[in-house]
Amino acid sequence: MKIVVCVKQVPDTNEVKINHETGTLIREGVPSIINPDDKNALEEALRIKDEHENVHVTVLTMGPPQAKEALKEALAMGADEAILLTDRAFAGSDTWATATILSAALDKIGDYDIVFCGRQAIDGDTAQVGPEIAEFLGLPQITYVSNLKVDPENNKVIAHRSIEDGYFVVESKMPVLLTAIKDLNTPRYMSTWGIFQKANKTEIIEWTVDDLTVDLTQIGLKGSPTNVYKTFVPTRKFEGEVLEGETPQDKAREFLVRMKERHIL
Amino acid sequence: MSKAKVNQGINLDEYKDVWIIAEQRDGKVLNIALELLGEGRKLADKLNVNLTAVLLGHNMDEAAEELIKYGADNVLKVDHELLKVYTTDGYTKVIVDLVKERKPEIVLIGATTIGRDLGPRMASRIGTGLTADCTRLEIDETDGKLLQTRPAFGGNLMATIVCPKNRPQMSTVRPGVMKKAKYNPDRNGNIENIVPNIKDEDIVAKVLEVIKSEKKEAGLIDASIVVSGGRGLGDAEGFKLIEEFAKKLGGVVGSSRAAVDNGWIDSSHQVGQTGTTVRPKLYIACGISGAIQHQAGMSESDCIIAINKNPDAPIFNIAHYSIVGDLYEIIPAIMDAIDDADSILEEI
Repeated sequence: MKIVVCVKQVPDTNEVKINHETGTLIREGVPSIINPDDKNALEEALRIKDEHENVHVTVLTMGPPQAKEALKEALAMGADEAILLTDRAFAGSDTWATATILSAALDKIGDYDIVFCGRQAIDGDTAQVGPEIAEFLGLPQITYVSNLKVDPENNKVIAHRSIEDGYFVVESKMPVLLTAIKDLNTPRYMSTWGIFQKANKTEIIEWTVDDLTVDLTQIGLKGSPTNVYKTFVPTRKFEGEVLEGETPQDKAREFLVRMKERHIL
Repeated sequence: MSKAKVNQGINLDEYKDVWIIAEQRDGKVLNIALELLGEGRKLADKLNVNLTAVLLGHNMDEAAEELIKYGADNVLKVDHELLKVYTTDGYTKVIVDLVKERKPEIVLIGATTIGRDLGPRMASRIGTGLTADCTRLEIDETDGKLLQTRPAFGGNLMATIVCPKNRPQMSTVRPGVMKKAKYNPDRNGNIENIVPNIKDEDIVAKVLEVIKSEKKEAGLIDASIVVSGGRGLGDAEGFKLIEEFAKKLGGVVGSSRAAVDNGWIDSSHQVGQTGTTVRPKLYIACGISGAIQHQAGMSESDCIIAINKNPDAPIFNIAHYSIVGDLYEIIPAIMDAIDDADSILEEI
């Protein structure tokens, strides 16, 4: 069985700082990580590999050359093969163009049984690339997967698909595209063996636009249906009031009075 | 199946009207559908076009009427056994068929776990852009295009996105952010019954069972008072005080992400960018520093109270009333004051 896990290298948003004058991100010095939901997708693929015979796990990412770091981490966790899609022609891609490029790579990889993505990336939070890849490849999709059983003999999967107040039990034939959420599992750490034997010894495959069969009008900035019109830092509208007082009791009194004045309590 | 294309120089003038996809579960229209109607009505009036609600499901007569009373001019009602429960394959096929036939210029979908599955599948089949989790929608005065604003990088930055060359312009809208439409019992509109072209074999990923969670919902979305606790509580025990405080005020318990990550409280209580968005009458943040991530989920509350030891906590920048002090002293004092409210207020 062949599983391809799509991962994204993202800035750790807990560390992101904003330049308030220009309204842009300060990326210098911000650590990059494998997007958390993608790590759950990778972990699940590795679990399937642990539990079944003849499972091959490929990790696929699109990004600048430094995205290799994310792939190395995935190899050290136990992936068999890693592919980096990198080309200037890919720059400026929105989710449509990104999904177009990733599905062209998946076409080239071929013969996959499961395409696994994270639900969403913490830098964009769109949750769109997974379903868009599924559509472009003509695959069924199960998103928000919190539990998974793979049945290779009958060529199908049964997944718990999380919703706000419970979950759906969904069955699909393979090949299928799945998106993982945090509840699915706890990702393993890189192993020492993985770091020395796999990450350092496995050559990362690099594909540029010339390696893919892809419509050039549908990728990059030019091939993106959505454009950023402007970005800005959220601003506040009013000045608040500090409730003063010598003791907690004084402050509590002030609170009560304000609440009564505003007819809140 | 051939892949759709974007940026093909289509005639934008062929596209008219604002559509909302009205999500129902078990025949009951979700609140987000009423929020979409409120926002959709605003956009439709600005563009001087009709507002249409698209309703898929099975046995849901009252739901269609309700959508009219909440501001829809038309309801496209698709009632079919195969649409009883949401499936990506079934819903995408039926709605895309309608969009291709009738050509709306704007389609709004709730950014629920289901809307965020449906939206991208629809957009990629149609060949148009989609902007996720919008928190503000406006019409550009100069050319009538939709300006779609959404938080990015965990709410640290806002981005306004446009889809200039493709139609419909599609957005998913974050639940709890837009104001619900007003109910008008005398409103009339047109309900059209659509017969869908759908067969059993169209649905590849099949729903075998729907399991409702046993875990009690925090009930944050509809609460008029929310009392939230964060890292400043120090430990899980602290939520006992928060619970007591919330109970006294008739509110529900919320939390910051830090408290959830520490395992002090279930994630269903989490308020913020990755949790629930709330806009209650009163929001009390106790021991919450107020990361942008958290602010994204509560800054629209009518009245915000912040209780924090650190006078420089960012939460104070957005609080209507700031109380600097130890929450373990302030909260019991407030609860006592509420018990003695009559005598305290008489003194004044």
